[in-house]
Amino acid sequence: MNNTCYGKLIFELSKPGRRGYSLPENPWTAYSTSQLPEGVRRQTAAQLPEVDEMAVVRHYTNMSNNNFGVDTGFYPLGSCTMKYNPKINEELANLPGFTALHPAQDERTVQGALALYDKVQRTLSEIAGLSEFTLNPYAGAHGELTGLMVIRSYHLSRGDHQRVKIIVPDSAHGTNPASAAVCGLQIVEVKSTPQGTVDLASLREVLGDDIAGMMMTNPNTLGIFETQIPEIAALVHECGGLMYYDGANLNPMLGVCRPGDMGFDVMHINLHKTFSTPHGGGGPGSGPVGVRKGLEKFLPNPRVRRDEDGTYHLEHTDTALGAVSAFLGNFGIIVRAYCYLLSMGREYIPMAGKLSVLNANYIKERLKEYYNLPIEGLCKHEFVFDGLRPEYGGDHHDPGHVTTLDVAKRLLDYGYHAPTIYFPLLFHESMMIEPTESETKETLDAFIDTMKRIAIEAKEQPELLHTAPHHTPIRRPDDVKAVKAAKFVF
Amino acid sequence: MKYLPHTPSDLEEMLRVIGVQSLDELYAEVPEELKLKRELNIPAAMSEIEVRRELHALAGQNRQLCVFAGAGAYDHYTPAVIPYIASRSEFSTSYTPYQAEISQGTLQYIFEYQTMMARLTGMDVSNASMYDGSTATAEAMMMCVAAAKKRNRVIISETCLPAILDVVRTYAKFHGVDLVELPAAEGRTDRAALDRLLEADDVAGVIVAQPNRFGVVEDFTGLADNCHSHKALLVINTVASALGVLKSPGEWGADIACGDAQSLGIPLSYGGPYIGYLCTTNALIRKMPGRLVGQTTDADGNRCFVLTMQAREQHIRREKATSNICTAQGFMCLYVAAYLSLMGAEGLRQVNDHSYAAAHHLCDRLLATGKFELRYPELPFLCEFTLRYKESEGVAALRDRLSDAGFLLGVPVAEHPDEIIIAATEQRTPEEIERLIQSLS
Repeated sequence: MNNTCYGKLIFELSKPGRRGYSLPENPWTAYSTSQLPEGVRRQTAAQLPEVDEMAVVRHYTNMSNNNFGVDTGFYPLGSCTMKYNPKINEELANLPGFTALHPAQDERTVQGALALYDKVQRTLSEIAGLSEFTLNPYAGAHGELTGLMVIRSYHLSRGDHQRVKIIVPDSAHGTNPASAAVCGLQIVEVKSTPQGTVDLASLREVLGDDIAGMMMTNPNTLGIFETQIPEIAALVHECGGLMYYDGANLNPMLGVCRPGDMGFDVMHINLHKTFSTPHGGGGPGSGPVGVRKGLEKFLPNPRVRRDEDGTYHLEHTDTALGAVSAFLGNFGIIVRAYCYLLSMGREYIPMAGKLSVLNANYIKERLKEYYNLPIEGLCKHEFVFDGLRPEYGGDHHDPGHVTTLDVAKRLLDYGYHAPTIYFPLLFHESMMIEPTESETKETLDAFIDTMKRIAIEAKEQPELLHTAPHHTPIRRPDDVKAVKAAKFVF
Repeated sequence: MKYLPHTPSDLEEMLRVIGVQSLDELYAEVPEELKLKRELNIPAAMSEIEVRRELHALAGQNRQLCVFAGAGAYDHYTPAVIPYIASRSEFSTSYTPYQAEISQGTLQYIFEYQTMMARLTGMDVSNASMYDGSTATAEAMMMCVAAAKKRNRVIISETCLPAILDVVRTYAKFHGVDLVELPAAEGRTDRAALDRLLEADDVAGVIVAQPNRFGVVEDFTGLADNCHSHKALLVINTVASALGVLKSPGEWGADIACGDAQSLGIPLSYGGPYIGYLCTTNALIRKMPGRLVGQTTDADGNRCFVLTMQAREQHIRREKATSNICTAQGFMCLYVAAYLSLMGAEGLRQVNDHSYAAAHHLCDRLLATGKFELRYPELPFLCEFTLRYKESEGVAALRDRLSDAGFLLGVPVAEHPDEIIIAATEQRTPEEIERLIQSLS
């Protein structure tokens, strides 16, 4: 990356009298918003920039140079599945036949859009081993919330009002307990074993008739496949609860082992992880929710239904949990995922999963002499190092030790995005690496060499790492000042 | 396969390093009975040409209509610059900007977006986006309850869009909020009934809409004082673009401004992706959901931007977070920031003026046919209005007929089958309006 930071704000380019728009002449001059009652009109114009068109283009183009994306370089951000975002998907999602549709159009005029929704829904159902998906949730956490609403609706429909607790392993993504809280559920945390998997004894202790269900991701956030999943699902089902699968880690299981077959009843998928849609620096994503047979009627309104004559319609029912979106979710993202599903097909979807596991294990094996590997054995799509090994300056007991943050920042200097750091919370110096299947062996080898080089730097020149990065558009930001001298607007 | 780069020799070398014989052996620990022993029953892989053909075919089964409807999605013009800038994949293919040193592009446009939305709504601060206008309103409801601590009742006026009411109702049901739905009084918020409800001193928040579901621009004089005197927060849901000419939520004295900002340069796209916004006062920042970008300096003392106040968020606070939201609609902030940069306050005023004129002209032409009457003739509207269709065929049949003629005419009012809510924007021309009028008969 370049190290000349373009640092202007658009407001600093503004000059009264400049304009960046061109609008047709208003042909109906008899009407003007000045005819609105004085009391409801804005008295002072909002202070927005006044800039010409090229200034806007140059401004945002320069800003984009200060950004790192999958298209820029290797992005091994754990739990985020930063795979390649195919360009044909972008082009086809922008067809006017999709982008010009108004959500209030009558069903007869949007049969192609509804057909696409249904095809994606059916494909995801087969991949997940479940009965039906809603594509309405906007993101992973929104999917979790929707899925938990399905679980609560199921219990309420049976008069099971006392089931207000949800079991969440301590290694779970932060969204799991947060989604449960928004859904009005109490969180029961179960501890992990030293191997990072769910402790069955702890699980048994919390089971009872107040349990609505259990949220899990498998492989878990350590990248470890929970081999006891059949027993766990059986225990939760025996006590009357339902199993929720957090699909953030679905990628390695594609075509190999399906959540439905593992015993899960409800799940979400992140289209912006597993199915290649771009993450957009914080969305828009898409978090489809799938359910086992018998739970379909609880899925949110509206549902896309296919009639016997092959036409589609939208259905609103009273058994549904309600609505979680104004319309049909992030439709444009669903179009992109459909392109990916078609491009990969039944032949290559399973290969994506397997190659993501291959890439992760390859990095893990080649770096474990340098970084602490707390849990040995095969990982799935990702794995967690617990910081540098003591002989490379990573000894926690030494106050001047080189931290995971230091390593992450140094990686930026070498042109890589950092792994996910300080998550999961099970270790002091977590560094969660997920390479995805998109990357070549050469890219992985270069990354491995860089990680080794950083380990050697940590041993020989720790100060270089404590003060990293040195070659990025900006240096390490002052996070404390950002809170203390809070400034959220220009 | 062009997205999977591994050659046979790569596979061989990598498997050897790992110490396994085959890709399948990478799953050795997965119990055999859990494994799928057959091929997935999904379509076979397609070439790029075939994918293109399939998607063009599906797009071709949709009809692009001349839009005379709003109801939360407005057919405003998206300047050519916006998709051009949005195609910069340094922006679109990045993740949430956790590593500020290599994410200044994302952080800076979100900071600009926050500034513009705060100025437009007249509030102190904006977050870095919500999913859509409906979920933003649901989050505002939960924020009211969290801020009030001991109160659990929120009043929502049924002048809000039905789609918003549906979502807010759903969140309320599961989150355990006592949501009171206040019926509309002749096209407006029922202020008298609202005042009576506030008297109980148990209301955490009041949610109203501007312009409201019927297109009516309401006068909220005194509303904030009434709410505040009973220690209730005021939430105003606004169509973002209308803030170019309408009194802002801040000027009305609102505590939270929320809604959808699709109207600021985002294509209709069959309902998404759009962008919810949520703005509030400095006093309520710590109760605010979602990401927030703040300004600070780096180790060299240079200005830079970071994600901040993260102690509110799920990845730090888990079940005690202000919301579960993580990935929101961040990229759409770029659309809004670029749109408002291009338009400026004057361009946005002109868009509103033009839309106002188109809607009022259209309204006059429709009334002149003698087939309609204005449902709320005494009340002002901006670019959306409610009519009663007097012909016996009914609104549903009328909309069907016009759809066949290439028009999307309004949205029906579910509870009144003879009423229809119609909208127009600066994109509509006199010719389109004349063709629409001719198609009526």
